[in-house]
Amino acid sequence: MPSVIPADSVGLVTPQTIHFDTPLALACGRVLESYDLIIETYGTLNADASNAVLICHALSGHQHAAGYHSMEDRKPGWWDSAIGPGKAIDTNRFFVVCLNNLGGCHGSTGPTSINPETGKPYGPDFPIVTVKDWVNSQVRLADHFGIRQWAAIVGGSLGGMQALQWSIDYPDRLRHCLAIASAPKLSAQNIAFNEVARQAISKDPQFHQGHYYEQQVVPKTGLALARMVGHITYLSDDGMREKFGREMRSGKLSFDFSNPQFEVESYLQYQGERFSTAFDANTYLLMTKALDYFDPAADYDHDLPAALSHARCRFLVVSFTTDWRFSPERSRELVDALMAAGKQVSYAEIDSAHGHDAFLIPSPRYMELFAAYMDRVAEGIGVEQEQKESADAC
Amino acid sequence: MRADLEIIQEWIKPDSRVLDLGCGDGELLAHLAAEKGVRGYGLEIDHDNITACIEKGVNVVEQDIDNGLTSIRNDSFDSVVMTQALQTMHRPDQIVDEMLRIGKECIVTFPNFAHWRARFYLAFRGRMPVSKFLPYTWYNTPNIHFCTFDDFERLCVERNIQILDRTVVDHTLRDRWWIRLWPNMLGEIAIYRITR
Repeated sequence: MPSVIPADSVGLVTPQTIHFDTPLALACGRVLESYDLIIETYGTLNADASNAVLICHALSGHQHAAGYHSMEDRKPGWWDSAIGPGKAIDTNRFFVVCLNNLGGCHGSTGPTSINPETGKPYGPDFPIVTVKDWVNSQVRLADHFGIRQWAAIVGGSLGGMQALQWSIDYPDRLRHCLAIASAPKLSAQNIAFNEVARQAISKDPQFHQGHYYEQQVVPKTGLALARMVGHITYLSDDGMREKFGREMRSGKLSFDFSNPQFEVESYLQYQGERFSTAFDANTYLLMTKALDYFDPAADYDHDLPAALSHARCRFLVVSFTTDWRFSPERSRELVDALMAAGKQVSYAEIDSAHGHDAFLIPSPRYMELFAAYMDRVAEGIGVEQEQKESADAC
Repeated sequence: MRADLEIIQEWIKPDSRVLDLGCGDGELLAHLAAEKGVRGYGLEIDHDNITACIEKGVNVVEQDIDNGLTSIRNDSFDSVVMTQALQTMHRPDQIVDEMLRIGKECIVTFPNFAHWRARFYLAFRGRMPVSKFLPYTWYNTPNIHFCTFDDFERLCVERNIQILDRTVVDHTLRDRWWIRLWPNMLGEIAIYRITR
């Protein structure tokens, strides 16, 4: 909990919900007649609406990317290290928008929302949404703010996939695409991990085919297991060795199965437990499907350069050495395709022991590079000078 | 701008596609983009150089050239440039082949090990030449494959590589009239434009 709000924080923030009445046709063939998107914004939109940056969240993310909701908050938003005054995504210059995607469980329309047709929560009947659908909904959000073109769209992991989809589907509506620790599609191994997570949830006796809300129960065991598996894939072997090694909680083997004995067991159980009460199981299923289905090259005969040939923005692709969930090789596939398509792209592979999670953890080289790139973004829209000077004046 | 880059930039056509292998801080590409509308990429492994490229708005890709260029398609570029790095490659011959595969033309620059000062150093002191221009000792030098201009030109003959242009300069990277009298003895750095 912050006793004082740090100077480089966006401070106390309040999410807002925006209602959309124009029906949204989804990739699965179904139509969402109306929906809500919950968002947070940081910074100020300039007069010509050219300084807007969209932040797309990853699998279990949400709209609360930076700042605090109250002075009692234990932690700031999930990407507070990168968003704030003077930070890589400098809120003195940029107007930052972060949303909870459709199908989410943090306030945007999703499985926990009431289906207007039945008067009951959608539950498992909520349509399967794809990255493409999310991007279409985010276009409406841009329109809502009168943002014709984003200065940049930034995302890590599944968020990076949304940024890429934007560059393909709406080439004129972004100047820069930053895909961090991302991939042009999931590998069989990635899908396999997602399937283990889904099986853990759907096999939980409390799941009730997704209708657990009516039973007033939660498939906690399944969701916790899903999170534990996921969590292992977000860390690296080295990172886990460094953090836990073979440390024991009591110092000796207890020769039973009752309690976690190694620190790593206890950590995973804690993470799983905490997640199982904070996240919705149906949303988790949906989000993993969106990941599995993402494959923009599929519409172009599996020719990724052809898919990216429509893009007009500039790209920054970043990967992390120990990330084996979305390894540097996957980012390279993307970079190679962008080069083959003749697109403007820069790529860096950051040394980190933090595995896939590294994209959320500030390290000097990562933040320096990120900030240097965002400086160029600012320069391109002419907000650099005036905003910096006014910041100096304060 | 560095004098050798000044010479190189004259050999690059406006609006062409350029790949700069070991692009440093992106000076050449930034200049080519601003002055000639060139669209290019630099490959680089030094972290500070990568950041410097990004600060300049130069497209830079973190990639170790020694690991090959197989990910780049044939004839993707009009020009592929490599300045002062050929002698640091594990297999300079393979790199030249790769450069000619992905580019229509290539520009390479490298130091001449047959320069009179190097010959003198080795002949009379009996030790590997160390100079202000090439300050490394044999055990810590990144320059693992020194060659002479004549060696390089022999490689070009063997591999059916056509030399389109050659400029030989001194260590301040300037073109001097007297170097042309005996380039392999008097020249310190050569800048070649080659094709196949």
